[in-house]
Amino acid sequence: MVAVLLGITLVASAGVGAVYMITKEPIAQADAQAKVEALTKVLPSFETTTSDVLTIDDMPITVYTATNAGAVAGYAVETMSKNGFGGAISLMVGFTPEGEVVNVSVLKQAETPGLGTKMADEDNVLLASIQGQRLEEKKLVDGRLAVKKDGGDVDALTAATISSRAYVDAINRAWMAYRSAATGVAATDTASGATQQNLNEEGGQNE
Amino acid sequence: MRKEDKMNKLNIISSGILKNNPTFVLVLGMCPTLGTTTSAANGMGMGLATMAVLIMSNIVISLVKNIIPDKVRIPAFIVIIASFVTIIEMLMKAYVPALYASLGVFIPLIVVNCIILGRAEAFASKNSALDSMLDGVGIGLGFTLSLTVIGAVRELLGSGAIFGHALGLDYVSEAGDKLSYMPLTFVLAPGAFLVLGFLMVLFNKLAKK
Repeated sequence: MVAVLLGITLVASAGVGAVYMITKEPIAQADAQAKVEALTKVLPSFETTTSDVLTIDDMPITVYTATNAGAVAGYAVETMSKNGFGGAISLMVGFTPEGEVVNVSVLKQAETPGLGTKMADEDNVLLASIQGQRLEEKKLVDGRLAVKKDGGDVDALTAATISSRAYVDAINRAWMAYRSAATGVAATDTASGATQQNLNEEGGQNE
Repeated sequence: MRKEDKMNKLNIISSGILKNNPTFVLVLGMCPTLGTTTSAANGMGMGLATMAVLIMSNIVISLVKNIIPDKVRIPAFIVIIASFVTIIEMLMKAYVPALYASLGVFIPLIVVNCIILGRAEAFASKNSALDSMLDGVGIGLGFTLSLTVIGAVRELLGSGAIFGHALGLDYVSEAGDKLSYMPLTFVLAPGAFLVLGFLMVLFNKLAKK
């Protein structure tokens, strides 16, 4: 009895191990490919990128500086927020060297299907509120971007306020990282106070 | 193959879709049924992934059924099923990353889907490998069709779309928000129970005739 069970688990783990060895390389390639696709989607055309990892609010934020023939073509920031309705969300945000938002690509989210997941759609209201604009010129609350419900002027997704706040939170972090990359100023100035406020408001809200 | 045999094989498949439909008749696998049918495409993806695991685990369990002692058969079945799910997960990650990204959390859930363990116990451990494979195909198709139908109904009623194509059932409110005429409830958890209940009544009513 024990021998049979041992035999089955041995064969099963050998099988899983073999498939892991075979798929390890393709999985790494697929991940790298996804990253390159996200970069091309959110940036103007570029030749090379260099990456730099910052830590903002204890989260790793990666800034990709894209260059074209020696000149900076734009900045892409891989940013995240822990305040999503279904856990952490992760976005890739592209900025021109002048600070206009080129595009946003949602890399990872686990929001409610049909509600919060709309953040990943093309032409959703969140993206439409910031695309092609400089974030300094938006209506800011304590120096941060905010959804309309919180006094800002970013349109929130219908019935997905928490998801929208998380999206805006991630964009704020990307903006901070962009400013530090573009100007060389340290990246933690407006961070902690406003994040705390978001956490306090969470209870009792619709998504 | 003799004619009766052929009929018999076809029966195994059709019984999985109609007489032993896992969702509407056996009422198995309710967790993925309620959780993943927010859209027709999600339901179909979950059904197909489950079908792949079911066919493979049915074949293997049927092949090794005679060497597994009765007392440890459940742990042995679970190990086999879990291995196949892990393998499928890795293969999807490597070769169809887009599909994996949209189904992500649902894939590991297949391990605890009671349809698969249920068919291993009720069918594969008593029948030949070929019949077990056909049973996997039949039950898998039944599950896929049920999930696709539930998903399609919920998507249509809840978000006014069919397979992700919006039907334009939107209006712009006075505040300038784009809102849908369709009741969102159907995409949320309560809608899953409502749609499942009504479809189950309808299915059994039609199947009895």
